[in-house]
Amino acid sequence: MSWVIAASEGEGANVLALPLYEIIIALLCFFIVFGALAKFALPNIKKTLDERADAIEGGIKRAEEAQAEAARLADDYRQQLAQAREEAAVIRAQAQADRTAIIEEARTEAAAAAATVTARAEAQLTADRAQTIASLRHEVGTLAVTLAGKVVGESLTDDARAQATVERFISDLETQASSAEAGR
Amino acid sequence: MGVSSLVAAGAVRLSDESNCHLIPWGGGSDCGFPAPTADIFSFSPYSTLAIAGQEFNFTKPVVLAIIGSIFLIVFFLAVFRKPKLVPGRMQSVGEYGYTFIRDGVAREVIGKEGDKYVPFLFSLFFFVWMLNIWGIIPFAQFPVSSRIAWPVALAIVIWPLYMWLGMRHQGPVKYFTNMMFPPGLPKPIYLILAPIELVSNVLVRPVTLAIRLFANMFAGHLLLTIFAVATFYLISPSLIGILGSAASFVMSVILTAFEAFIQALQAFIFTLLAAVYISTSLHAEH
Repeated sequence: MSWVIAASEGEGANVLALPLYEIIIALLCFFIVFGALAKFALPNIKKTLDERADAIEGGIKRAEEAQAEAARLADDYRQQLAQAREEAAVIRAQAQADRTAIIEEARTEAAAAAATVTARAEAQLTADRAQTIASLRHEVGTLAVTLAGKVVGESLTDDARAQATVERFISDLETQASSAEAGR
Repeated sequence: MGVSSLVAAGAVRLSDESNCHLIPWGGGSDCGFPAPTADIFSFSPYSTLAIAGQEFNFTKPVVLAIIGSIFLIVFFLAVFRKPKLVPGRMQSVGEYGYTFIRDGVAREVIGKEGDKYVPFLFSLFFFVWMLNIWGIIPFAQFPVSSRIAWPVALAIVIWPLYMWLGMRHQGPVKYFTNMMFPPGLPKPIYLILAPIELVSNVLVRPVTLAIRLFANMFAGHLLLTIFAVATFYLISPSLIGILGSAASFVMSVILTAFEAFIQALQAFIFTLLAAVYISTSLHAEH
């Protein structure tokens, strides 16, 4: 019992003593451990952990990039499709318009050509008719005078009166002909 | 009477009382409970080396610390020598320790610049834990950090580090004024606060840091020793002897488990506080 009391009275080991040698050894131990770990062990593991983080984050990043690329391509594709549709619609509308225009043009041209042909034919007919009438009138007059001369027994060719008579006769004929034509 | 002669005397007395039991049996004598004293923290050196007039005593705690330091270096060099992107089992264990310090202490407390201090905090944590854990390693069973010189040595490393960091990052004068005059308080408060803050940050911090670790390990070891001694002291071929001895033995097992937890916890607290001191030096408190 006595030595327990002795110790508690402070004659035993002083637990708060700070032996210099022990502090020096403690510092040496710590700095050797710190130096060895910091120089040789920890840089390796730091590098590996960083690389792993990179690999994981890089993988995620690559996947994201691929996804973005795919989305962009799909977008492009849709855009191109829409554009193509639009173009087709424009072309169709253009063709429709062109067709109408072409038909209209053809129709106009045909009408003009027909009008020209008709006009020409009419002019031809008119000219022919006038020519025929003139020719007939002359022929009929000559024939009538010749016939009348044979009937009367004398030449009436140079007689002004005979000429007037022939004219009047032909006019009557014309009048009859036109009325007959109207009556038909 | 010198310390060494007292220790020698104690050793003689212990051998005398090695057969000391509450109820005498097997030739042992009747004696009082040989409660462990501060002597259990003193060791006679295995050998002594004198360098430049300074004696270096290779006592049990010193030898344990040297063995532990070699183990730490060998272990982490082996584990982290050729780290693989996909880790093996041992590398995973080492990596867990590394990320625990990096994410749980450095980045959590210091922030982005914390990564720079990971090697220091990592070494500090495992060094302190190694010192502590000797307390429950069979046959060694002495926490080196219960010798106050060891926590004090580490405080001697941490104190200049955070003082220097504070003066470098905030300015040699601004560091102290920032510390003493945190903004946003009524002016008269500073009369009381400024000296308290100065003393607290400059003097109390390193002292409490060292004493917290020392006292925890000291008390833990004393407690374990008491129950270990009691197990032996109470044993006798009688009901009360068996019951008392068994109860003490169970208690010492429970306390060993508890100590294992405390040892890791104190190593963590020591490292965490070192990180907090570094952090408050890097950024002025607001």
